[in-house]
Amino acid sequence: MQPNPVIQLVELTKTYHTGEVDVHAVRGVSLQVLPGEFVAVMGASGSGKSTLMNTIGCLDRPTGGSYRLDGIDVATLNRDALAEIRNEKIGFIFQGFNLLARTSALENVEMPMLYNHRRIPSQEQRERARQALELVGLGARTDHHPSQLSGGQQQRVAIARALVNRPALLLADEPTGNLDSQTSIEIMGVFQKLNAVGITIIMVTHELDVARFTKRRIVLRDGKILTDEAVEPRSIAETELQRLREEQQAVKLA
Amino acid sequence: MRILATLRLALRALRRNKMRSVLTMLGIIIGVGSVIAAVSITTGATKQVEDKVASLGQNVISVFSGSFTGGGMRGGWGSSPTLTVDDAVAIAMVPGVEAVSPEVRDRSQILANGLNWNTQVLGESPDYPQIRNWNIASGSMFADADVRSVGKVAVIGRTVADQLFPDSDPVGQTLRIGDIPFKIVGVLEAKGFNLFGQDQDDTVVIPYTSHMKRVSRRTFVNSILVQASSAEAITKVQQAITDTLTPRHRSVEPDFTVRTQLELAQAMTATAKVMSILLGAIASVSLIVGGIGIMNIMLVSVTERTREIGIRMAVGARGGDILVQFLVEAVTLSLIGGLIGIGLGVGASRIVSVLTDWPTLTPVWWIVVASLSSGLVGIVSGFYPAWKASQLDPIEALRYE
Repeated sequence: MQPNPVIQLVELTKTYHTGEVDVHAVRGVSLQVLPGEFVAVMGASGSGKSTLMNTIGCLDRPTGGSYRLDGIDVATLNRDALAEIRNEKIGFIFQGFNLLARTSALENVEMPMLYNHRRIPSQEQRERARQALELVGLGARTDHHPSQLSGGQQQRVAIARALVNRPALLLADEPTGNLDSQTSIEIMGVFQKLNAVGITIIMVTHELDVARFTKRRIVLRDGKILTDEAVEPRSIAETELQRLREEQQAVKLA
Repeated sequence: MRILATLRLALRALRRNKMRSVLTMLGIIIGVGSVIAAVSITTGATKQVEDKVASLGQNVISVFSGSFTGGGMRGGWGSSPTLTVDDAVAIAMVPGVEAVSPEVRDRSQILANGLNWNTQVLGESPDYPQIRNWNIASGSMFADADVRSVGKVAVIGRTVADQLFPDSDPVGQTLRIGDIPFKIVGVLEAKGFNLFGQDQDDTVVIPYTSHMKRVSRRTFVNSILVQASSAEAITKVQQAITDTLTPRHRSVEPDFTVRTQLELAQAMTATAKVMSILLGAIASVSLIVGGIGIMNIMLVSVTERTREIGIRMAVGARGGDILVQFLVEAVTLSLIGGLIGIGLGVGASRIVSVLTDWPTLTPVWWIVVASLSSGLVGIVSGFYPAWKASQLDPIEALRYE
């Protein structure tokens, strides 16, 4: 039996009314994402991928079609209910990391738990934040502020923050956009590791190299799905890093 | 979100911009501080006046005879020979009257112990100490029997005792008013100066009958002191006394007046009331100014932290959470300002008190009012910025640079 999909989009549309003209950002997308999938959403700018991600991320409501997230019909929910869904079901990772400045890594990771429906004792908050940071390989730098961390480390903090409420889905919007190639591979390694333990990930990217680390690639054009295929051959972060190190040694970079 | 976590968040946000937070608070600090200082000083002064008024006696009603006019000269209240002991007896029948003392006043040269002293000689009933709330320090008050027997007994004030008997106990000794010897039966407690700066202890009290028949040889009394049974009854008793005396004094113009301690207290505290209203006005103006400062800074803060708001909303903060966060921040700002202001105000009034020797008093309820109103200012001035923050669209806010 097939497991229940995490995401089920049926003929999803999103239209913006800006003055006289209606902008049809998404024109009927049907999509199903099962638990444990790792999906890359690609497309040129204006292809509607940002709008699709915002809708999937419950930051925005669709204008047409239906969207079920983990079995919940999102289209009918109000602002507060959407906030609750974002808090409990979705972990966001952004291109610009979007950490709170002058706030320690640990407190950044604790932040989503402040808004949890259920009161989480501060002891437990601390413990869960620490675990999440360990999971992304940042166990030692929990007291550092974002400005004291490298880009890759900041993105790891952001991933830990996305994980801390144990969401059904990780949504990453160009997570490697601000990182160099080696750090990008490291971050993809974190995603692959998380995916390996069963976390569902959807990631927007415009880099084919990065998309190669995922399992499924969806290409959007003009608000519609152009292609939707499995990634073959798939890059494995471990081996890519190994190869990169060897190349660097060859030119005495490292 | 939990209130404690929110409070921590607010304090951290305020610490992040220390200078700005302090400057924003300054409006509230100065407003609350100056009001508390001014209130402390005026309350101290008012309290002093009230104590003086209270020293006149408890629930006292005074009946004065009218002004005596003779040959174009007007003698002032109490000079007209119209109030009599019979009037006092009639007043004693009025319900709600606790004690009555017909009062006869005169100044005389008195002699005792080889010394002499010019002082006020009062003719009173034995109820006098009770009405004036004035205890006998040693010896005792003369009795009703002394009034009936026109007794030659006297109770003297502290000043008279000090002047005439510097080295000995006056009780049991004799003093002469004019050339009539009076036996001293008691000494009154020191009472100090009255509202008008007169030394209340510079007095000799004898039975009013003795005063009228032996000393002043009058048939009328200057005034009648009445004690009402309670503070609430004063107004009613005042009216009842007027109603009792009116048929007894049929004249074109009323030849008596009935005054209460209450009226005196009201007149004395009227200035203080005006001051309080003025202070309240200044307080509200300065709080409004401080509130505008807070609103201004909170609006700046919301704009500056649009991205933070976006992040918080993305990870699941509801509009209400954001609203509470900024509201708590504004209230914290104004409340801390208010508390510092109270501290500075109390400190300043203490310094004034020490430097100028004025009594100052900070009423607790003013501290409560100051705290509450600074909190209220925070809520009112923080609400609009906080509401604005809560209405942000998370997508827009995340994109904000």
